[in-house]
Amino acid sequence: MNPTSKKTLLEPILVNNPVTIQILGICSALAVTTNLKTALTMSLAVTFVITFSNIGVSLIRKIIPGSIRMIVEMTIIAALVIVVDQFIKAFSYNLSKELSVFVGLIITNCIVMGRAEAFAIKHNVLESTLDGLGNGIGYSAVLLIVAFFRELFGFGTIFGFTVLKTVSNGGWYIPNGLLVLSPGAFFLIAALIWIIKTYNKDLLDKE
Amino acid sequence: MEHVLSMFIQGVFTQNLALSLFLGMCTFLAVSKKVGTATGLGIAVIVVQTITIPVNNIIYNYILREGALAWTGSDTLAKLDLNFLSFITFIGVIAAIVQILEMTLDRFFPTLYNALGIFLPLITVNCAIMGGSLFMQQRDYNLSDSCLYGLFSGIGWAFAIVLLAGIREKLEYSHSPAGLRGLGVAFMTAGLLAMAFMTFSGM
Repeated sequence: MNPTSKKTLLEPILVNNPVTIQILGICSALAVTTNLKTALTMSLAVTFVITFSNIGVSLIRKIIPGSIRMIVEMTIIAALVIVVDQFIKAFSYNLSKELSVFVGLIITNCIVMGRAEAFAIKHNVLESTLDGLGNGIGYSAVLLIVAFFRELFGFGTIFGFTVLKTVSNGGWYIPNGLLVLSPGAFFLIAALIWIIKTYNKDLLDKE
Repeated sequence: MEHVLSMFIQGVFTQNLALSLFLGMCTFLAVSKKVGTATGLGIAVIVVQTITIPVNNIIYNYILREGALAWTGSDTLAKLDLNFLSFITFIGVIAAIVQILEMTLDRFFPTLYNALGIFLPLITVNCAIMGGSLFMQQRDYNLSDSCLYGLFSGIGWAFAIVLLAGIREKLEYSHSPAGLRGLGVAFMTAGLLAMAFMTFSGM
């Protein structure tokens, strides 16, 4: 892989992470991270949609007229999301009920539309695929980290396997209920942003 | 009356689209730096939400759901289940309504159009609008409930963003740690706001 391709793939994971640095795709990062199963499903779904929508937009970038660009992008994304939604409903109906409307909301997920507008419309298919994959992986990394902490300390389980036995099951761990509710998600992402920005000083906001 | 009140509490406080259900976060965080812009966006969201949810409800109930096309009188059409098309239909309707709203404002209320500026196109991809329609579909509201839900959930989102903007304006002058400055404190404040709004669930 030549250096620019490598950069396109790896940059969105740490340096230009879509969730914590570009501040895109926050809605689902907060909503589906209550346990690792839903977070993993969402990560795979979003990565799939970003990659293929980038490919699709990049393939037709030279023939879309500028005035209907957004509508075409939106149609490609919506079609892909419908496919993903049917797939999830078919293979795991319980998961699709848990994820409820958030699979549908991938259509309005800022990352998908953002990368299509900012990258895929100007670059060739190979670069766009790598960009889509990179952003998908970056997004998945954040989701899985947040879900890991929320599930472990909120329920005492990882992927459903009990790690810390809760008091209600005859154990010792009193689960941290707040982490599972909405405020906990906000605080966790704030902490993540703090860690990333302290670690990488040039991403700090100017005073 | 009680039903309207309970929908109000639910839409604005306990199931606030921004703080409990995390919808519309991107614009929520990006636009909440000044109270003026936040108010503008909030009002735009209320208007769009109040119009799109009932319209989507009508389309869902008369065209998309299983057996919905029975009113055409045709037997083959009555057995059709077009539910899988709801995503693309809803977003299409939202985009169209926002476009029409933009054109109406430009023609009849130019000052308002200039004030709202970039926000109207931005609302099309706002998860809160799409989310509202999807929740309406999931909870199977009738038409009157949809109108109420649209209005109240829009008010809830607008309320949350204006609150956050007010707090963030004051936080500009505080000494937060370097890593937290700007976005980090915004998230923490949003978390605290979310906790406050949760307390209404006891009503």
